[in-house]
Amino acid sequence: MTNSKPLHLHVPAPAARPGDEPSFKHLVVPKAGETRRPDVAAPEEEMRDLPYKLVRVLDDAGNAVGPWNPNLSPDVLRQGLRAMLLTRVFDERLFRVHRQGKTSFYMKSTGEEAIGAAQSLALSAGDMCFPTYRVMSWLMAREYPLIDMVNQIFSNERDPLKGRQLPILFSARDYGFYSLSGNVGSRFGHAVGWAMASAYKGDDKIALGYIGEGTTAEGDFHEALTFASVYKAPVILCVTNNQWAISSYSGIAGGEATTFAAKALAYGLPGLRVDGNDFLAVWAATQWAAERARNNLGATLIEFFTYRAAGHSTSDDPTKYRPADEAEHWPLGDPLARLKEHLISAGEWDEDRHQALTDELTEKVKAAVKEAEAVGTLGKSKPSVREMFEGVFSEPDWRVIEQRREMGI
Amino acid sequence: MANMNMIQALNSALDVMLERDPNVLIFGEDVGYFGGVFRVTDKLQEKHGITRCFDAPISEGGIISTAIGMGAYGLRPVAEIQFADYILPAYDQLVSEAARLRYRSGGEFWAPITVRSPYGGGIFGGQTHSQSPEAIFAHITGIKTVIPSNPYDAKGLLISSIESDDPIVFLEPKRIYNGPFDGHHDRQIKSWANEPSADVPEGHYTVPLGKAATVREGHDVTVLAYGAMVHVAKAGIEESGIDAELLDLRSIVPLDIDAIVASVKKTGRCVILHEASRYGGFGGELSALVQERCFYHLKSPIGRVAGWDTPYPHAFEWDYFPGPARLAKALRQAMQN
Repeated sequence: MTNSKPLHLHVPAPAARPGDEPSFKHLVVPKAGETRRPDVAAPEEEMRDLPYKLVRVLDDAGNAVGPWNPNLSPDVLRQGLRAMLLTRVFDERLFRVHRQGKTSFYMKSTGEEAIGAAQSLALSAGDMCFPTYRVMSWLMAREYPLIDMVNQIFSNERDPLKGRQLPILFSARDYGFYSLSGNVGSRFGHAVGWAMASAYKGDDKIALGYIGEGTTAEGDFHEALTFASVYKAPVILCVTNNQWAISSYSGIAGGEATTFAAKALAYGLPGLRVDGNDFLAVWAATQWAAERARNNLGATLIEFFTYRAAGHSTSDDPTKYRPADEAEHWPLGDPLARLKEHLISAGEWDEDRHQALTDELTEKVKAAVKEAEAVGTLGKSKPSVREMFEGVFSEPDWRVIEQRREMGI
Repeated sequence: MANMNMIQALNSALDVMLERDPNVLIFGEDVGYFGGVFRVTDKLQEKHGITRCFDAPISEGGIISTAIGMGAYGLRPVAEIQFADYILPAYDQLVSEAARLRYRSGGEFWAPITVRSPYGGGIFGGQTHSQSPEAIFAHITGIKTVIPSNPYDAKGLLISSIESDDPIVFLEPKRIYNGPFDGHHDRQIKSWANEPSADVPEGHYTVPLGKAATVREGHDVTVLAYGAMVHVAKAGIEESGIDAELLDLRSIVPLDIDAIVASVKKTGRCVILHEASRYGGFGGELSALVQERCFYHLKSPIGRVAGWDTPYPHAFEWDYFPGPARLAKALRQAMQN
C-alpha cells in the first residue's frame, strides 16, 4: 500500500456563505406522499429505509396526499394554524420588545412553528414534553396564558418563575411542558427517565423529548437513545434539524454524511425523517410514534427537517455566517403558509378569515404585553428578593436563611 | 436488632424502603441480578422483582439523567455510581439539572433522587478507586451530601436521604464497609462485630440529615471528621494523649454548624481531618466557618490534616492517606500554641 498523498483534516463547510447564492441543491426532497407508512407493530429491521426518506403529506399545491395523511378535521387544522400564527405574532412582537430594551433576551422559532403545535395537539394532556427553547408553539397550542409568558420574559413581580430564570426558559407542568434550562441536551435523558417511570407504574402516559441537531453531538443524545432502547421506554425522541446551531451548519454536528434520523439504526430504534414544515406530516409521525409507545413497542427517533428562518437569538446576526436571503430559498417553504394554503384549497379557510385571525392574535399579544408592561418590564419590577433564597431545597437550610437576613429580608 | 456491617446496613435500608414505598426503585451498573460489586444490593432484585432493582448500561450520565426524569415523574429513584471516581460523567446532570430543577422551575419540578456511591481510599485503589469528591458537591447549591461512618448511621441516613425531597449524593466510605479502619494498615483488620454502632434495627428508622454526632467528648481541641476518618481520628486522638472532642459531621450539606461552633467555643482549638486533597477541600470551608464564628475563642490556628495535593497514588498509599500519626502531630501542634 503506497501512501500517495499526505493526510489532510476534513472540516465540513456549508454550501453558501454571506454574499453567495443560497444553495440547497445538495438536498434530495422526495415528493409528498412518496414515503411508505409501515404498520406501527412492524419490526424495526423492516423500517431501516425510513430514516433516509422524508415523510411528507402536503404537496406543492397544498393537497394532503399519501399514506401518512392523518385526515384531520378542519377544526383541528384551524386550531393548529392558530397556534402557529400566535407563535409567530408573539415572536415578532417580543423580538421588538427586546429591541426596545424591555427585556434582556429573546429567541424566535420562526419557521419551526409546526413542530411544537402539531405535537402538542396530537399528544394527550397527561403526556409530558421535554422541550428545547424553540418549541414555544407547544404552549401556544395548549393555550398557556400569554400574560404569564410575558411576565416571565420581563422577570417582573408576577413572573411565574419568580425572576430566577432567563427569558423564555419556561416551566409549565400543567401544560405538559418540562422546565427549560440554558444548557442544551441535558434534559433529553429526563424524557427517557420520565417515560421509564410511567412504564414502571403501569401508567398510560408517554414522554416526548426535543433536541436540536447541533446538540445531538452531546453525550446526552447517545445516553438517551441507549436507555430508551434498552428499556423500551415509551418516549418519542425528536431532533429538530433546523440546519443551524448558532453559526455552525448541520455538517459540523455530523449531518454531512448521514441523516440525524439514521442515528436511530444503531440503537435498534425506528427512525423517521419528517418534513418539519408540514403540519400534517409532523402530526402523522407523532401519532405513529405515540401509538408505538402506548403499545409498549418502545421509543422512536424522529428527525424534523426544517430551517431556522430567524437568527439564533436576539444576540445573533445570521448575516455574518450565511446568505441573508437563505431562508427564502429553503425548499420546504414556510409551515404557516403551507397549512394556510391547504385549508384554503380545501375550502375551509380564506384570506379574509386569515387576516381577521392575524388581527385578533396581534391584538391579543399586544394586550398581554401591555398588561405585563403595567406590572413592569425588566428592572422596573421584580418578585420579592426573598424569592432569590427560596426553592434551593424543599426547606431552606441555615445558610440561605442567614444570607437572606444578611440582606435585611 | 441485628449485628450488621455497613454493607448489610445499607442493604437493609434499601430493603426497608423498597418494601415501604412503591415509588422507590434502584438501578445502576451491576446492581440487579448480581447484587452490586460491593454486595450492597444483594438479593434485592430476587426479593422485590426485576423492575425495582435493575442493571443499567455503563453510562453515569444516562443513569443520573434518567433518575432525574423518574424523580420529576414522582418516583424516588436510588441510583448507584459504582465508584465516586466515576461520578464525573454525571456531574453536569447533578449540577445543572438535579440541583437546579426546583429552583429554576419555581417549584413545579424537583428531583428526589439519591445517588449512592462508594468513595475514599485506603484500599490500594489507585487514582480511580480512591477519590473523595465531596468538596465538588459541597460547592453546588441545591445538592445535599451525606457521608456515614458506621452501620447504624449508614442505614438511618440512607433512609432519610431516600425520603428527602432533595437530590442527595450519598458517599459510602468503602474502606469501612466490612469493619472500622483506624489507619493502622499494619495491624489486623477489624470487623464490625464488636462495635456498638453495628447494632442495627431491622425495621424503619431514620438518622436526621444535618446533625453531627459527638463521638468523643473532650475539652482541649475539637476534631472535625467524617466517613472513615472518624475512626482514624479516634485512634489519632488516643495516641496523642490529648483530650480532644471528636465530631462526626455525617452530612457535609446541610452542615451542623451549631454543633461545630458549640464545640470549638468550648475547646478553643480545632483540627480538621479529611482524605480528600487539601487545596479547595471541604476543610477549607470548615476552617473559614470556624474562624468567622469562633475567632475570639480560638487559642491556636485551625489545623487541616488532609490528603496531599496530588492524584491518589498506588504505591504511596500510606504516605498519602492521612493516618493517626499525622492527626496526633497536628493535635500536639495545636496544643503548643
